[in-house]
Amino acid sequence: MTMTSTADDARPTAADTAPNAPRLLLGHGRGLAEHVSAHGPLPALSGPEIVARTDQAGLTGRGGAAFPTGRKLATVARGAGRRGTVVVANGCEGEPASAKDRTLILNAPHLVLDGVQLAARAVGARQAHLCVHEDEHDIRNTLTAALAERAAAVPAEVPIALALVPHRYVASEESALVRALNGGPSLPAHTPPRPFERGVGGRPTLVDNVETLAHLALIARHGPEWFRARGTATAPGTTLVTLGGAVRNPGVYEIPLGVTGADLLAVAGGAGEPVQAMLCGGYFGSWLPADTFARTEISAPGLAAAGSAIGAGVFVALPRTSCVLAETAKIAAYLAEQSARQCGPCLHGLPALAQALRELAASGGTRPAHNLQALMPYIERRGACRHPDGATRLIASALRAFPEEVRAHSDRKRCPATQRAAQRDPHQGRRYGI
Amino acid sequence: MTQDQSGGPRLRLNPIACDAHGLCIQALPEMLRPDPWGYPVVADAPVPPHLLAHARRAVAACPTLALKLE
Repeated sequence: MTMTSTADDARPTAADTAPNAPRLLLGHGRGLAEHVSAHGPLPALSGPEIVARTDQAGLTGRGGAAFPTGRKLATVARGAGRRGTVVVANGCEGEPASAKDRTLILNAPHLVLDGVQLAARAVGARQAHLCVHEDEHDIRNTLTAALAERAAAVPAEVPIALALVPHRYVASEESALVRALNGGPSLPAHTPPRPFERGVGGRPTLVDNVETLAHLALIARHGPEWFRARGTATAPGTTLVTLGGAVRNPGVYEIPLGVTGADLLAVAGGAGEPVQAMLCGGYFGSWLPADTFARTEISAPGLAAAGSAIGAGVFVALPRTSCVLAETAKIAAYLAEQSARQCGPCLHGLPALAQALRELAASGGTRPAHNLQALMPYIERRGACRHPDGATRLIASALRAFPEEVRAHSDRKRCPATQRAAQRDPHQGRRYGI
Repeated sequence: MTQDQSGGPRLRLNPIACDAHGLCIQALPEMLRPDPWGYPVVADAPVPPHLLAHARRAVAACPTLALKLE
């Protein structure tokens, strides 16, 4: 079996026959032979050709920031110089509600490894690291087996080393990965310099999410036009999403970008009960009222226009009988707990926000809402990483999207969600929100 | 010290190094004010020429070298 082919040997595969067929999650086996027969061998493109194809395809990062991947590749490649560059593939799913990177690695490990290999070629890297959580043994075993299989088939152009990262929220932030690979703690660093300027071993470093790299592996094979055949002009391609909460069939799905929120819910079998809000982008994301969400375009620009973000593609449906403030308070407490405890505003500010929100949800009154508004400007953009910003964005979105809920709690009226739960089932009257 | 388009040098705080000693705030209250926990909030503007000497003193006063003028 050969691992390379000529540049134009982009033969059609199962990935582009049917209009709505998945591209990443084909459901073939994990083996190298099955992978090559489904996707074809690794294309023999040059580094600049890979950069050009990725750029023309309009691929954006699937790890949360939605940054143009082609531009990032070009920037790192320019910095190569004599010492070369480094590729870091981020397979640590820090977002607790997300399962898409795990699903991708477990189902298509070789597609991810192809992406790492091609990205290394694109930026002139001499080494590549694939970061995964140290406690996720199934992922570690799958990748170790896949790497061994490739080593036996053909010598790797660039060695890929598996790097184990502690399982906590901020450890997989890009500067934290670079710091750990340099022998430091798995904690975010004070930037600039950013990793693409000076990263692992002081070399320009490309840090990309594993799903982004898997898309890159397909774009290199099939070209930008193929990639753009799905999605919209401003948000081309497909993306993996994790749908959870009050939907009938929660799970990981591959969708074309640009569908509406209503279509997205339908993918998961629709709502299992009436939904009042969607948490978009995960714990690092923001709330949208259900009716706004239904007509929002699911893409980075679409969600940004609605005042939200696509993040890592996490969407959680909140039923009408759950109190959005109580749910947000729980997430805020989690985010406070997950602080790296390096920066004062995050260390002190997030617990203060979580406390005020819990007080608003539980006992109400005007003081907690006032405290929240007063504290948030002291926390936003004052950490070394974006962790504190994620918490304030989430809380601000809850206060903005649900003014009636905030008012009811501030006025110490009965929680509207609790009231709805009581109407639905009188015996559950006091279960939610209070 | 790099000059930014808008004129003077800027103060840059390393939030990881800062331990809220607060000495910089005493030296340069015009551009640094304390947050609710005593950490300095840095004004988002270049340091005007008449405050440059005070800004340098604020930088020098920091025991953790968290404040820089650049």
